[in-house]
Amino acid sequence: MTEISQNDIDKAIAHKREEYLARRAAGAPVENHPQRDYAPYRSSALRHPQQAPVAVNGGDPETVELHTPVFGVSDITEIDSDLTRQHNGEPLGERITVSGRLLDASGRPVRSQLIEIWQANASGRYAHMRDQHPAPLDPNFTGVGRTLTDDEGRYTFTTIKPGAYPWRNHTNAWRPAHIHFSLFGSAFSQRLITQMYFPNDPLFAYDPILQSVTDDKARSRLVAAYDHDLSVPEFSLGYHWDIVLDGPSATWIEEGR
Amino acid sequence: MTTTSPATPLTPTPSHTIGPFYGYALPFPGGPDLAPAGHPDTISVHGYVYDGAGDPVQDALIEIWQAAPDGSLDGAPGSMRRDPVTGGFVGRNGIDFTGFGRIATDKDGRWSAHTLPPGARPGHAPYISVCVFARGLLNHLFTRLYFPDQAEANATDPLLSSLDEERRATLVATVEPNRTYRFDIRLQGEGETAFLDFV
Repeated sequence: MTEISQNDIDKAIAHKREEYLARRAAGAPVENHPQRDYAPYRSSALRHPQQAPVAVNGGDPETVELHTPVFGVSDITEIDSDLTRQHNGEPLGERITVSGRLLDASGRPVRSQLIEIWQANASGRYAHMRDQHPAPLDPNFTGVGRTLTDDEGRYTFTTIKPGAYPWRNHTNAWRPAHIHFSLFGSAFSQRLITQMYFPNDPLFAYDPILQSVTDDKARSRLVAAYDHDLSVPEFSLGYHWDIVLDGPSATWIEEGR
Repeated sequence: MTTTSPATPLTPTPSHTIGPFYGYALPFPGGPDLAPAGHPDTISVHGYVYDGAGDPVQDALIEIWQAAPDGSLDGAPGSMRRDPVTGGFVGRNGIDFTGFGRIATDKDGRWSAHTLPPGARPGHAPYISVCVFARGLLNHLFTRLYFPDQAEANATDPLLSSLDEERRATLVATVEPNRTYRFDIRLQGEGETAFLDFV
């Protein structure tokens, strides 16, 4: 099998970007999400549908998907949101505080809803058997967090800044540092799994997963902002990242659960 | 605190793939077991996830969400109940029906869950909402599992009746012995599952 170089991937990324700009110039709407068929991310080749999705009108409030799974205080423990306190010792790496708000497309807070995160450790290694990157595991860091949003839709995690890591999409492929986020809204149709990045990472341009979001503004919304007010004196550096859910939201009656 | 300010339209946060390493974070013990243990009405739902080459997808994550047997869509907390002593999972309480399940596919690309039959309102067939995540899938996919033994309700269901026979068939499970239903998901190609977009 021929080796695929970063240069090959860069060309493929540029090609997909030109296609998007041509679509835009022809009057197509902004694409806020990646197209599932994105050749530079090679694993997408056999895993994207070829038929157009069936549109379901979200105007019917009794549709099952316009209601949502609910979670409560019994589903989390107090230290779930502090990934630095889940073991006997202190994890290695740069402590960070990540905080923001979970909102729907109308700017309304999503209250009392579950947010789950997972990430590599400071060396860029996941606590997962399939991750064979020869970087050290940290016995004091698992990299899994959960929390419930408050009445303003706010969440806060204390964790370690994850490291970048290599993967096998192509030769010398590296993922920029990121934290995986899993989010529920006030409707199952708003379900979202995504990744949060750190500002000014030099790997952004090389990464076909981040570049799968071809719209520049949309892509920039995946990058957290350094926020000095969130930094904790003598303890951690602060990052701010708000999340906005797509899709029809639930009826108002469900708010304030 | 209530936010009463007029709604300001915001642009959504883009989706990303779940990647290969969610397995130690998202699945939880009891994730596939929505039905209280020993409940006489329990049904089993299961199937395979296939890619465009017909190979099983070994790193997909399936989430299901459904009405309770009485048709209620309120759900309940407690799908992933925790033990405050050890931090581990204690399982569901065996009484409440949360309506939510989460199952990672195994090495055979297979998933299974045990639940109660969903209720439905008049004019609509009962179904289980299914959300599919996978490595290689940059944006999750929604579909629905309908029941083959609800032929009358299926015939008039607004979604099913809007689809041609081939697409419609991908949303209807096949019936097996012992209150079991099989529902395969084909991400691409021949027999591709009909996926839904809520607009």
